[in-house]
Amino acid sequence: MMFDPGILFSSVLNGLTTGAVYALIALGLTLIYGVLHIINFAHGASLMLALYAVYMLKERFGMDPYLALPLVVPGMFALGYALQRVIINRASHGKDENILLVTLGISIVMENAALLFFKSDTRTIDTAYTLTTIPIGPAMIALPKLVAFAGALVVSGVLLWIVGKTDLGRAIRAVAKEKHGAKLMGIDVDHVYAMSFGIGLACLGAAACFLLPAYYVNPQVGGGFVLVAFTVVVLGGMGSFGGALIGGLLVGVVESLGGLYLGESLGQIGIFVIFIGVLLFRPQGLFGAKV
Amino acid sequence: MNSTLKELGSIVLFVAVVACVPLVTDSGVTLNFVMMALYAALLAQAWNILGGFGGQFSFGHALFFGTGAYIQAIAQLQFGLNPWLALALAVTGSAAIGLGVGGLTFRYGLKGSYFALVTLAFAEVFRILALSVPFTGAGVGLMIPLSESFANMQFASRKGYLYLMLGFVAAALLVTWWLKHSRFGAYLQAVRDNEDAARAIGVNPFNVKLGAIGLSGALMGAGGAFYVQVFQYIDPGIAFGPGTSVEALVAAIVGGIGTLWGPVLGAVVLHVLADITRNMFGQLPGINMVIYGVVLVLIVMFLPRGIGGIAASVKSFFSKRGKP
Repeated sequence: MMFDPGILFSSVLNGLTTGAVYALIALGLTLIYGVLHIINFAHGASLMLALYAVYMLKERFGMDPYLALPLVVPGMFALGYALQRVIINRASHGKDENILLVTLGISIVMENAALLFFKSDTRTIDTAYTLTTIPIGPAMIALPKLVAFAGALVVSGVLLWIVGKTDLGRAIRAVAKEKHGAKLMGIDVDHVYAMSFGIGLACLGAAACFLLPAYYVNPQVGGGFVLVAFTVVVLGGMGSFGGALIGGLLVGVVESLGGLYLGESLGQIGIFVIFIGVLLFRPQGLFGAKV
Repeated sequence: MNSTLKELGSIVLFVAVVACVPLVTDSGVTLNFVMMALYAALLAQAWNILGGFGGQFSFGHALFFGTGAYIQAIAQLQFGLNPWLALALAVTGSAAIGLGVGGLTFRYGLKGSYFALVTLAFAEVFRILALSVPFTGAGVGLMIPLSESFANMQFASRKGYLYLMLGFVAAALLVTWWLKHSRFGAYLQAVRDNEDAARAIGVNPFNVKLGAIGLSGALMGAGGAFYVQVFQYIDPGIAFGPGTSVEALVAAIVGGIGTLWGPVLGAVVLHVLADITRNMFGQLPGINMVIYGVVLVLIVMFLPRGIGGIAASVKSFFSKRGKP
């Protein structure tokens, strides 16, 4: 039964759909972390806030999570822009450790403020399509997971386009390569940093809209995503967007298969073992981007 | 009197003053407050040895805390060991875990943010393992039967625990004092400030950092063992969850890292703050941690040397004025 190809197939497929969302979350992180060398430890907590935003829009105003995208994505962008400009930029004093500590502080505040307002209850939303499943080969995949898969890929494409083809993207890449040179060329470095941070968090807004119909939210939900997102980023290679995309899908599949063969709780270990192993033995990531 | 002896004198004075607290008051609230502040100070001191003196910021110090706690509980429950013997095992065991993790991460040259993330990942791995294997009691946790006596390291009032914890804190202060004035400590601080330069003058950074993480792990393990003796209970979330790691790190940074008194100061300040918030807002879940987070951000922003840094600045200001 354990090696039934049907179960294996559906497990891999499920892993891919989760992995696409991981990839989306990790793309936001790799933009902030890999390119601008800002270690955003509050990435998971920010995702949790976005999930609560989607939840509240649904519960209070009956807004469909997918229709909430045009509200949540700009909202998260504004939050990210402000966080970087007002707090993180000022607190860093040019040291990586300080940024890590400040974003840790921010994540503590976010998580416990959520605990204060929403209590520790785990919440889910009900939509007409929550329980709809689509048959693919021998597997039955939940419709929201398929939407999440497609949506995550589309948003990732948009992000790659922004970074690769627009003026903003060129400015981001210039600042990443040579901060002082970019400044001399008339690029507003602080603005570019804040824009990157904003875009990174906007990815989380999109991820939250795609996640919630098939997922849940509680104040601690971000904690699990932080290490997963960092795992994806180091696995794919720092600052490598293609790497983050493939890394995300890979981690999703590993988690799904780990859960199938080792059980729910032990299955999670696979992710952390990958994380530790990659950092120790192959810090440049699977796809060889420079650290 | 030189500064080395002055510092030693301040440690003796501190221990003497705190030791008098139970003689002056019988109030359970006061004794509990002092005990918990000392406990927080120990965790911060443990973190400070590796983070402050070694410059290696760990986000997963709960790894050593939890190891100490589980060894303390399992040694008593499964092997019927005396708690004092178990304590020795817990301290050794968490030091050994420190050496193991340090050996792996420092061997492969992990530093800065990567080291922080890897320690966090190790703590998570241990948390999941503790949830999954039978001898830790899985999610239910482990309970130590109540049996109050000195031999059992269980005391009828907070007094006994206070003295026990004061002993740990005194030991941590002496270790820190030794780091400030010994050759090993000088090596460690040299590696923190510039690893390549330290290597160039013949210091082996790997060995030095390994020593620091071992010491740090041992003290953290003592904290875990103490937790089990006081609360007679441990579960994977308390042992390896991020709460303890954060508490140790925030107190050290708020007080001032790489100093003798910073972690103690930070722990006391945070506990007073926690008490004030409790009085103002009652037992709202999370409010304490919100304050901790805000304080952490403000300190890193405006006082990167911690609260203790203010005192040092004032002192150097006046000593400079004294000598024109």
